[in-house]
Amino acid sequence: MAAPLANGIEVEGLVREFKNGPRAVDGIDLTVEPGEIYGFLGPNGAGKSTTVLMLTTLLPPTAGTARVAGFDIVAEGPRVRASIGAALQEAALDPLLTAREHMRLQTALHGIGKAERRERGQELLERVGLSEAADRKVGGFSGGMKRRLDLALALAHRPRILFLDEPTTGLDIQSRTALWEEVARLAAEEGVTVFLTTQYLEEADALAGRVGIIDHGHIVAGGTPATLKAEIGRPTVEAVPRDQGDRERLAAVLARFGPSSGASPRGAAARLEGGEAQLAEVVRALDAEGIAIETLQLHAPSLDDVFLAKTGRSLEGAGEAEEEVKVAAEAVEA
Amino acid sequence: MSGHRLSTQVGQLARRSALRTLRQPAQIVPALVFPMFLLAVNSGGLRETTNLPGFPTDSYLTFALAVPFVQGALFSVMNSGTDLARDIETGFLDRLALTPLRGAALLSGLLAGAVMLGLVQAATYLTVGLVAGAELVTGVPGALVIVALSVSVTVAFGTIGLFAALRTGSGEAVQSLFPVFFVFLFISAMALPLDLIQTDWFRSVATVNPVTYLLEAFRSLLFEGWEPGALALGFGIAAAVLAVGMAAASRALKTRLVRT
Repeated sequence: MAAPLANGIEVEGLVREFKNGPRAVDGIDLTVEPGEIYGFLGPNGAGKSTTVLMLTTLLPPTAGTARVAGFDIVAEGPRVRASIGAALQEAALDPLLTAREHMRLQTALHGIGKAERRERGQELLERVGLSEAADRKVGGFSGGMKRRLDLALALAHRPRILFLDEPTTGLDIQSRTALWEEVARLAAEEGVTVFLTTQYLEEADALAGRVGIIDHGHIVAGGTPATLKAEIGRPTVEAVPRDQGDRERLAAVLARFGPSSGASPRGAAARLEGGEAQLAEVVRALDAEGIAIETLQLHAPSLDDVFLAKTGRSLEGAGEAEEEVKVAAEAVEA
Repeated sequence: MSGHRLSTQVGQLARRSALRTLRQPAQIVPALVFPMFLLAVNSGGLRETTNLPGFPTDSYLTFALAVPFVQGALFSVMNSGTDLARDIETGFLDRLALTPLRGAALLSGLLAGAVMLGLVQAATYLTVGLVAGAELVTGVPGALVIVALSVSVTVAFGTIGLFAALRTGSGEAVQSLFPVFFVFLFISAMALPLDLIQTDWFRSVATVNPVTYLLEAFRSLLFEGWEPGALALGFGIAAAVLAVGMAAASRALKTRLVRT
């Protein structure tokens, strides 16, 4: 392993095997540069949270090595913990305490001096928009408020590296966007390295400078979202016939332009071998066959396509494709 | 770690534990009401027992008043254990594990709730008992020792709750211990002094049951006067349970907190 990255993460051959179970994490290698937001993308059960538990020292690895903030996760656990903040999968909060009481406890346990505790707590509560709710018991908080408090608690001791395990799962779009903005600000303005696990494609796309895709404990792809999508390269055309009896004929027409791809149960889809330029040809072919179309969409390659290409499966709960071109059904009516 | 930081950790966790106890009336009310209810039933229904030759007092209420202190301590098993089990289930323990928290601070802090509950219970039981007509031959100093013994027993039993929570990680499992511990109370000298129990097997079981000696320590202060032997035995049993419970809980905590 090269010189350790002071604010980064280096992982080599990390394995975690549970008793009587499969390898949850099966020899992964990855590097996260200081100040980077790294998106760790994968479906439920892929090994994301197990990886986070190992990197945050809460679960010893079965094999392999990892250095977080320059410290070995096995031999130097306390120094790793002093360098990191973590918001784990469930917002682990005490429903009987207020947000301010949580901040007081967290800052005190991290050894922050009495004089600074109140100031730091107030600063973080303001930053995550909870200053007005600071003296309310957390049991009455919404999911978004809990997640924001969770983030504030993770930042209490000014960590250099932040682990966020599915931080926006279950949140409405407004809360999700607010959390994204704060995470992006932390990386951009404070140089915090962020290791973010998610099963939301748009989250990885919106936030992460680089992405690792994990499936069955293996990293199946890695790189910037743009690079990964460029590897797939071809857009997908998806159509729904007005008359469901035409669905098989529709699929046959689309198959002339490329291999079939995942589509809604009422439609058919194909990856366009010739790229976006073939869309006009598709429309003309459908017109020529007399197939009336209800909707026609062109999907730019997404991280789901990358996942599909690498694993043969679609990510559960995949986000919407980045770009959609909707063509009114009337335009291609026979 | 400096002593100052350790004391800060214990203090903060104790504060949290005490706040949690105060904010959960469902923890406090049953621990106060049920022992008083049992006291009322027993002291009313078994009043004539004092006519037995050799019964040590002519007030069954005074004799029975020792029981709530031990019965209330049993609630401590459930309360402290359930709180910790909930922390495990919700992941709050993982949050604490990511801080430089020491295991000893965690366990000590968690028992602060038990101390608070023990104080409230002891004050309530004693006040209700005295108002109802029970004796207290050792006066105010005896009352203070009763409170101290009650808190000691409550904290000692609380460690068993912590151990059960750390071993099982389940609030339901901790709560299932309550009836088991209650049996220990019933097979002790709860209703009669040891030497008046006529059934041999019962007397034998009650003789080896430590709960009997906790009851006798409280009774000595209530109607016998200062009995150093009984008090030493009572406080000694509490200390032994505390030592064993803390050791077991510390060991279980190391297994539960597998942080590197």
